[in-house]
Amino acid sequence: MNKKQPSVSENAIKRFEYSQDQIIDKPFNWAQMLRLFSYMKPYRKNLLPFSMIMVLINTAVRLIIPLLIGVYTLDRAIVNKDAKLLTTLVVIISGLYVASYIANFFRIKWMNQLGQNVIYDLRKHLFTHVQNLSHRFFDQRSAGSILVRIMNDINSLQELFTNGVINLLMDVILLIGVMVILFTLSPELTLAIMVILPIMFFISTSLRRNIRKSWQVVRLKQSKLNSHLNESIQGIRVTQSFTQEQENMAFFDGVNTENFQSWREASQKNAMFRPMVELTNAVGTAVLIWFGASLIQNESITIGEFVSFAFYLGMFWEPISRLGQVYNQLLMGMASSERIFEFLDEKPIVSQKDTAIEINNIRGHIEFAEVEFAYNSDRKALKGISLEMRAGQTVALVGHTGSGKTTIANLISRFYDPTSGSVSIDGIDLKDVSLKSLRKQIGVVLQDTFIFSGTIMENILFGNPEASEEEAKEAARAVGANGFIERLPNGFETEVEERGNVLSVGERQLISFARALLADPKILILDEATASIDTESEQKIQNALKTLLKNRTAVIIAHRLSTIRDADQIFVLDHGEIIEQGNHEQLMNFQGEYYSLVRAQFTMNTAS
Amino acid sequence: MEVFKKLKEFYWPYKSYFLWSMSFLLLITGITVIYPIILQITIDDIVLGGRYEWIPIVSLGFVGVMVIKGLGTYIHQYTGDLFGITSVYKLRNRLYEKLQYLPFRYYDNAKTGDLMSRLTADVEGFRFFLSFGFSELIRFIVLIGITFGVMFYYSVPLTVVTLITLPFLAVVVYKFDRAVHPAFRGIRKSFGKLNTKVQENISGINTVKSLSREDFEIGKFNHSNGDYKDKYIFTSNIWAKYFPLMELLGNISVVLLLSYGGYLVIQEELKPGELVAFYSLVWYIMWPIMNLGFVINLFSQSKASGERLLEILEAEGEIEENEGQLMVDRLLGRVEFKNVTFKYTEDDSEALYDVSFVAEPGKKIGLLGATGSGKTTITQLVTRFYDVIEGEVLIDGEKVNNYALKSLRSNIGFVLQESFLFSSSIKANISYGRPEATMEEIIDAAKRAQAHDFIMELPDGYDTMLGERGMGLSGGQKQRIAIARAICVNPSILILDDATSAVDMETEYKIQQALHEVMKGRTTFIIAHRISSLKHADEILVLDRGKIVERGVHEQLVNQNGLYQRVYDIQYQDQKQIMQSHIG
Repeated sequence: MNKKQPSVSENAIKRFEYSQDQIIDKPFNWAQMLRLFSYMKPYRKNLLPFSMIMVLINTAVRLIIPLLIGVYTLDRAIVNKDAKLLTTLVVIISGLYVASYIANFFRIKWMNQLGQNVIYDLRKHLFTHVQNLSHRFFDQRSAGSILVRIMNDINSLQELFTNGVINLLMDVILLIGVMVILFTLSPELTLAIMVILPIMFFISTSLRRNIRKSWQVVRLKQSKLNSHLNESIQGIRVTQSFTQEQENMAFFDGVNTENFQSWREASQKNAMFRPMVELTNAVGTAVLIWFGASLIQNESITIGEFVSFAFYLGMFWEPISRLGQVYNQLLMGMASSERIFEFLDEKPIVSQKDTAIEINNIRGHIEFAEVEFAYNSDRKALKGISLEMRAGQTVALVGHTGSGKTTIANLISRFYDPTSGSVSIDGIDLKDVSLKSLRKQIGVVLQDTFIFSGTIMENILFGNPEASEEEAKEAARAVGANGFIERLPNGFETEVEERGNVLSVGERQLISFARALLADPKILILDEATASIDTESEQKIQNALKTLLKNRTAVIIAHRLSTIRDADQIFVLDHGEIIEQGNHEQLMNFQGEYYSLVRAQFTMNTAS
Repeated sequence: MEVFKKLKEFYWPYKSYFLWSMSFLLLITGITVIYPIILQITIDDIVLGGRYEWIPIVSLGFVGVMVIKGLGTYIHQYTGDLFGITSVYKLRNRLYEKLQYLPFRYYDNAKTGDLMSRLTADVEGFRFFLSFGFSELIRFIVLIGITFGVMFYYSVPLTVVTLITLPFLAVVVYKFDRAVHPAFRGIRKSFGKLNTKVQENISGINTVKSLSREDFEIGKFNHSNGDYKDKYIFTSNIWAKYFPLMELLGNISVVLLLSYGGYLVIQEELKPGELVAFYSLVWYIMWPIMNLGFVINLFSQSKASGERLLEILEAEGEIEENEGQLMVDRLLGRVEFKNVTFKYTEDDSEALYDVSFVAEPGKKIGLLGATGSGKTTITQLVTRFYDVIEGEVLIDGEKVNNYALKSLRSNIGFVLQESFLFSSSIKANISYGRPEATMEEIIDAAKRAQAHDFIMELPDGYDTMLGERGMGLSGGQKQRIAIARAICVNPSILILDDATSAVDMETEYKIQQALHEVMKGRTTFIIAHRISSLKHADEILVLDRGKIVERGVHEQLVNQNGLYQRVYDIQYQDQKQIMQSHIG
C-alpha cells in the first residue's frame, strides 16, 4: 500500500485561473423555507394529503409487524404451541403486508408527482420571470450563470420536494412510535438501549456534515479540472500552434493532483461513516443481549419481547439517518433557493404602465428630447441628445466604439429607459406604450446574428409566427437568401445550430434580414455587421439592404460607406454627444470629424 | 472483458490496493452473518438453555467482532477508493496528453461537448466501477453464498420453503431493470433538451426581446419543462410498480417462514432462536438480489465508458508518430510548395490541387479566394497541422516532415480569425508561446501589436485576468492580444488567417497599421477577403477550389480581368465614387 502518491508543484498550477464557487453553508432561514414550501400550496387538497395518508399507512404497518412477530407469534403461538393462533396471525400479517404493498405503490407514485409538479411550477415561474426581465439584468450576468440557476439550482430542490418533506413526517412518526412501543414493552430495557441514540444523531448530523464538506471541496477541484479540460479542447489549435503541449500537461497534472488529493481526504472521512454506524448498532445489540437476557432470566420480559426489541433496534438507524439527510437537503436547499429567489425578486427595470396603450399603425417618426442615459452611475453614455428621425428616412449613426450609437438604438426599442429626457414615436412617449406593441413595430438586426437550433424555416418564421411558409420563402427571396438555402441538402428544412458550421457569417446575416423583412416592422434598426464576408455574399447583402429599407424608418449603425452615403441623415456621435449632423455631401464639405473618419477608411483602402 | 484488458495499464500498477480491499471485503462479509447467529445463540442457548454465564462473553465477543468488522470496512472502502482514484489520476493524465497531441484532423470532426462528456462522465463511470462496482458484485456473491450455507446448516426444508419466492423475485428484478434504464435515459435526454433550450434562449435573449417573442419562448420552454416532468413521473411510476412488489415478495418469504417455521418449532424440529435468525438471514439474500440489476447495469455501463475512453486513447496521432528529428534554432523562413495536393479526408475532394509557389524570406504572400478555396489549408500545411498527400512542403529547403514539430512551430506565429484567449492574465496570454519571456519582451510585443495602450487603461494592466472570471474584451482588443502573442515568439514566419475580420473598420485600421510594423523581416502569409489587406503583398495567390487560378502583384492582377479584378471592382467602385469629389 505504499505507492508513490502524486504531489503538486506550486508554479505549474498558476498557469490558468478559473472562477471557483465558494463553499456555502447557509444558516437556516425560516422565512425562506416557508416561501419555498408555498409552492406546495396548489397541491394541499389532493396530492399532498393523499401521499401523506399512504405514508401513514405504510409507517403503521412497519411499526406493528415486529410486535406481531415477536410478542404474539413467537410467544403466544409458537412457544405456547398454539397452531390455530399461528394461522390467524399469519393471515393478519399477510393482510398487513398487502396493505403496505398497496400503500407503497401509491406513496411512490403520488410523492413523485407532487415533487415533480412543484419543481415544474418553480422552474416555470423562474423562467417566465427571467424572460420578462430587462436588458440590464442580462448585461450583468453571463449566460452560464443564469442557466445554472434555472437548471441546476432548481434540480437540487428535487429530492427535497419529492422525498424529503414527506419522509420527514414518516421518520418522526416512526421514531416516536418505536420508542412508545418499546417503553410499553419494557421501560428499563428501553432506557438502556437509548444510550446509542445520541451517538447515532451525532453521526447522522455532525460527521455527515463534515464528510459533505470534504465532498464539496472535491466538487470544486473537479469543476476546475473540467473548466480547464473544456478550455484546452477549445483552444487546442492555439496550443498546438505555439507548441505548448508540455507546459499544459504540467498544469493539468497539478490540477489533477489537487483533485486526487481532495478525493483522498474525502474518502478518508467518508470511509468512517459506515463502520461508525455499524459499531453503534453493535453496542446497542450488546446492551440488548446482556441486559435483555438477564431480564428474561428474572422473567420481566418474554423471549418474544426480546426478539421484538432486537427488530426495533434495527429500525432506529434508518429514520435517524434519513433525518440527517433531510437536514442536509434543507441546508443545500437554502443555498439554492436563495439564489433562485434572488432572481425572482429582480424587477424588470423597464416596466409597463397599466394604462399603456397599444400602437398599431405608426408612421415611424422618432424623436429624442434632451435624452441622458447612463448604464451605470459613473459614466454617461448619452449626454443630452436631441434628434429627429422622420418617418421613412434612413438615418445613419456614425462614431467610434463607445460613442453611444448602440445606446440610441437600444432606447428606441425601449430596452432601457432614459435617465432623463424622453423618447417618442409619432409624438407618443415610449413609456406610455405597451412594450409588446412597440417592439412589434420595430425590427432589429443585430451584428451577431443569433440562429436558433431548428430548421431555417423556423428561424425565418421566428420574426412573425403568423406568416405562412410561402411568405417566409418570399421574404428569403426578396433579400436574396433563397439561392444558398435551396442549395442546402434539405433546403428550408435544413437543421441549423447556434454555432453550427452549416451557415457562413454572411448567410446568417441574410437569414436575419429575411426574418426582419417577414416581421415587416415600421422601424428597422440595423447594427451593420462588419465581419469579413466573402465578396459575393457582401454584394448580396448590399442588394438585400435596399429591399429591406424601403418604406421604413431605418436607423443604421453604419460601417459601410455605401449605406452611409445613401442615408438621408447622418449623425456623428462622440462620447455621447452629437457633434455633426447632415447628409453625406454636407458633412464632407464641412471637413470635420466625419470627413476624417471617411478619409481614414479611404486611406486604409488605397494609399499605404 | 477486452475493454478492461486494454485499460489494464491504468489500474494494474495499483493492484495491491485492490487486493487489500478484496481481502477485507471477504472478512467483513463473513462477519455480517454473525449477527443472526448471535441472536440464535442468545435465545436458544442462553435463555432457553439456561447458560446465563455465557452472556458477558457473547456480548463482549460480539462487540469485539464488530470492532474488527468496522476496521475491516474502513480499510476495504478506503483502499477501494484509492484504487479507483489513483487509476483515474493516471488515466486522466494520459487522456490529457493524448488530447494535447492529437492532430487537427481529429478535432475537425470532434465536438467539444462529446469529448467533455467522455472526459467527465465516462472517466467517473470507470472510477466508480473500479472503486465500488466490482467489489460490490463480489460482495453479493459471497454474502448470498455464506447466507445460504448458514440457512442450510439450520434447516434445509425451511430454507427451501422460505426461498421459494426467489425465482419470482429474480423475474421482477429483471423486468424492473429492463424498464427502468431506458426510462432513466429518457429523463437524461429530456433534461439535456431542456438545458439546450434554456441556454439558447438566454444566449439569444437580445433577438427574443427585439422581436418580442417572450411568450413564444415561454411556450416552447413549458413544453420541454413539461416533457421533463412527464419523463420523470413515468420513471417513478415504473418504480412504484416494481419496488413495492419486490418488497412484497420478500415479505411473502417472511410469512412462509413464520407459518412453516412456526410449525417446525411447534413440532420441535426447529429451535425458536433459529427461526429468529432465519428472519434476518432471509433479507441477506433478498436485498442483494433486488440490487443485482443495479450492479450488473453498472458493469455494462462502465464497459461502455471504457470503450468510449479507448476511442480517444487509440485515436491515431499520425503526425507525431513520424516526427522528424531536425532541431533548428532559427529558420530563415523560405517556404516552398512543390506540386502539393491535399485532401482532408479520403472521401473529400482535393482541398489543394497541384499547388506550387516559393516565398522568399521576409516576403509577404497574400491569399485570396472564397470560403473553402484552400487558403487556410496552405497555411496549415506550412505548420504541418496536416501532412500532404502528394508533393512537398519545404522550409529553408528542408521538408517540413524532417523538422521536430516543436522546432518548426516555434518559428511560426499564427493569428487565427477567432482569437482564442485562455483564462489567465493578459501577460500570460501574450507569453503563451514562450512562457519564459521577460516583462520587457511582453510589453514590446504588445506595443507592436498596438495593444499596449488599451492594456494600460485596464484596472490591473497586464495582470488583468481574461476568460470566464476576467474582463470582457472587445473583438478588436482580443485580436490585438492574439497578434501580440504571435509576435512574442519572434517567429520567422507569420500567418494571419483573416486576422482582422471580427473587428470594426476603425479597429481594423489600427490593426493594419500594427501589422505593417510586425511583418517586417518575416515571411508573412495573409489570408483576407479585403483587397486593402492584400494589395501590398509581394505575391498574391488567388485560389479557387484548391487551385491557384491567378498569381502576381496587385497592379498586375487588377487588370487581368479575372477573379481578383472582380472582387476589386465590387469593393472599390463605391469608394471611388464617394471619394473622387472630395479627396483627390
